[in-house]
Amino acid sequence: MIAFLLAQTIAITGGTVYPVSGPKIENATVLIRDGRIAAVGTNVVVPAGATRIDASGKWVTPGLIDGAGQMGLREISAVQNTNESTLRGDEVAAAFNVAEGLNPASTLIPVTRVEGVTTTLAVPNGDLIWGQAVLIDLDGATIEAMVAKSPVAMVADLSEASKSTGGGSRAGVVQRLRRVFNDALEYSRRRTDYTRAQMQELAAPAADLDALLPVLRGQLPLIVVANRRSDIETALRIAREYKLRLILSGAAEGWEIAAEIAAAGVPVLVQPMDNIPGYDSLGICYENAGLLAKAGVKVSLVETQTENSRNVRQQAGNAVAYGMTWDQALRAVTLSPAEAFGVGSQYGSLEAGKVANVVVWTGDPFEFSTGVEHVFIRGKEMSLRSRQTELLERYKTLPPKY
Amino acid sequence: MGQLSAALLLVALTVGCASARAGQTGGGAAQSSPAPAQSPARGASSGDSTSVDRPQYPSTYKRHPNPPVVIRNATIMTATGQEIQGGSILFRDGRIVSVGTSVAAPADAVVVDGTGKWVTPGVIDTHSHIGVYAAPGTWAESDGNEATNPVTAEVWAEHSVWPQDPQIPLAIAGGVTTIEVLPGSANLIGGRSAILKLVPARSVQEMKFPGAHYGLKMACGENPKRVYQNRGPSTRMGNMAGYRAAFIQAEQYRQKWDKWNKDHQGDAPQRDLKLESLAEVLRGNIFVQNHCYRADEMMQMIDLAHEFGFKIRSFHHAVEAYKIADVLAREGTAVSVWADWWGFKEEAMDGIYENAALVQQAGGRPVIHSDDASGIQRLNQEAAKAMYHGRRAGIQVTRDQALRWFTANPAWVLGLDSIVGTLEPGKMADIVLWSGDPLSVYARAMQVYNDGWLVYDRNDPAHQPKMDFTIGREP
Repeated sequence: MIAFLLAQTIAITGGTVYPVSGPKIENATVLIRDGRIAAVGTNVVVPAGATRIDASGKWVTPGLIDGAGQMGLREISAVQNTNESTLRGDEVAAAFNVAEGLNPASTLIPVTRVEGVTTTLAVPNGDLIWGQAVLIDLDGATIEAMVAKSPVAMVADLSEASKSTGGGSRAGVVQRLRRVFNDALEYSRRRTDYTRAQMQELAAPAADLDALLPVLRGQLPLIVVANRRSDIETALRIAREYKLRLILSGAAEGWEIAAEIAAAGVPVLVQPMDNIPGYDSLGICYENAGLLAKAGVKVSLVETQTENSRNVRQQAGNAVAYGMTWDQALRAVTLSPAEAFGVGSQYGSLEAGKVANVVVWTGDPFEFSTGVEHVFIRGKEMSLRSRQTELLERYKTLPPKY
Repeated sequence: MGQLSAALLLVALTVGCASARAGQTGGGAAQSSPAPAQSPARGASSGDSTSVDRPQYPSTYKRHPNPPVVIRNATIMTATGQEIQGGSILFRDGRIVSVGTSVAAPADAVVVDGTGKWVTPGVIDTHSHIGVYAAPGTWAESDGNEATNPVTAEVWAEHSVWPQDPQIPLAIAGGVTTIEVLPGSANLIGGRSAILKLVPARSVQEMKFPGAHYGLKMACGENPKRVYQNRGPSTRMGNMAGYRAAFIQAEQYRQKWDKWNKDHQGDAPQRDLKLESLAEVLRGNIFVQNHCYRADEMMQMIDLAHEFGFKIRSFHHAVEAYKIADVLAREGTAVSVWADWWGFKEEAMDGIYENAALVQQAGGRPVIHSDDASGIQRLNQEAAKAMYHGRRAGIQVTRDQALRWFTANPAWVLGLDSIVGTLEPGKMADIVLWSGDPLSVYARAMQVYNDGWLVYDRNDPAHQPKMDFTIGREP
């Protein structure tokens, strides 16, 4: 079935194209062939037999990427049996990769993609080390068909919420994390001793230590949840010590040390509409994303509420209202997360050779007045139906026809 | 990332609910006389009860002195059907004096240039837990659910409100001028709500909306039956039995007091705070604000109200209101809804963007509410989302109607629609000046006037109130 779909050639013509990798192009064509973008520009020859989509007066962008949430892993938050994102009782769940918990039939997936979000991170939840996040396209009959990259990153928590894993102290949390990292390195050097039971007890099971080695070798990014300035600084310190590829998540007080984060070259995942202070984030404010971007930090904007991942559009609009440029915001929900997650050569912009995740909008994607006209995922046009549109149809006139 | 969503979920599950607020006068709130904008509440009207005649925590709200203000050359959305280009609005002594394209202003008026900007009535939220679930959100500030008994009609939200909640200035900066603070939804009957002017103050009494009556928070469905599953109610039928038992007691209590108030024969009946609140609902002096998600449960609650002869002023959350929009319109019950919250629990699974628009189309009264200290800062955006999705589904919704979803309609739900919620001469000068079209994602509130007082000015730190909590903690 996939092969059949990939054989399609589609030409989206006449729209204002925002490739993200370059300036917008008026009256341009985006040519999609075999699930990939074949060409973008004003001089694209449309092959005979191509399906033409007239995008005159429309805006064409890459599909939006939400680098947060538990898409496919959490159907109804309050119903435990529909949640797959947490390996309960395992505070160092490094070997826990969420991919096989994904549900391609989740009702959240169509609800999200009809609003122009085509790709999301599926993030585990947990205590100290949460496990491995994967990147998914919001289409596919099977897990294999959905997964764009697995793993994308290891996820750890250095925020207030992880304190219990360190005996109730931030210092304890960091010391435990170092013990785990050190034991992983020790274990990798002395596997023979380990199998002969000639090592002292390790800080985590061998499978988890094994899973951390790509992180400690700088191959797999480590996403660290940190909001307080001192916690962000701790994450930066740990990353320097172990030469990690760090991604910060949350970073509520990041704007206070934006230059330092920029200098470290660390990407940041920010939810810009957050501004309610807590003891973990007294400095939280709407201007965070804009100030970070201005300082040169690689900012991605996220919506953490899984069922409303579609509101990453609104997050981006508000980031613009509070200081980001519009171009920065569009990049922050397309190419920047793609780059942060190691798929920048495949996702996040409209360039020949990239995966054809493309959205045609009636206007500015961040505006409420804008509707979604077409969504393509891997070159396949998506139906714009979801469980919600079907409920609307059923109850649009009362009484409903059952 | 998970932390954030976990926090939101917690709010939705433990706090999310709807409570009630009282109207000006029983039932006929819309026709009630305007509240005295510059004087404190009349007598004890904020706490009145037919059981006693002594003052009970009366409002001490006073209008802040302020010079007359005229905003010139703005686009003025009145919430009465007009969107005036190049319009001006003059207000003085807390009252709107005139609105239109040619407005004469006195010499001492502060002139605000509204070029390129929009003006709307102050934003009103029918469903907030600001003050009772204050930031920074520790156990110490968790004062919204008296979850010790399924029926706690005796508790009053105002006795939990912390006026130094740092969420207050954030909501003000979102253009909010009036809120209903409700107890949470743990209980079948959670207690009385508080209607507050959203102004900096040392006590909640100084915030209490003059002349406003109390409301009563009731909650259906999953929350009460989850919280009380070990002692009951543990089922939806248990929930219904709980409301009915409470109102049967209240009927007897009301009869006893009504009789004694009439003839003063013998000793006065024993006062009971719980039954006093419920008797006031039966007398029509307190409005029921009912947290209820599912259509079938709303139908049950409508029958409960019929059984005991009271009105439900608004359902809150009501994610399935669109399934019974015709019934809700016929009953005259408003619905306070979100634009797009759904899916965080089973009773919220059927939420759709078009909910408010479909209720509007059926002739009902939609309100966009927040139930959230973050969402309250963007009620204009949420209304825009609901309006545009409705339009794309082919439902006719005007910009004025969408504006009314967070101004005039919530004013009606609180029984304050003759006083606030629209820009008309004589109305209280609760006014927001927006940087652009308030139905755009890019609009920000630039100035917020509450009863004529400039409580917020984005360009002037002297008009950006800070709560005590924030002092000395800023980076």
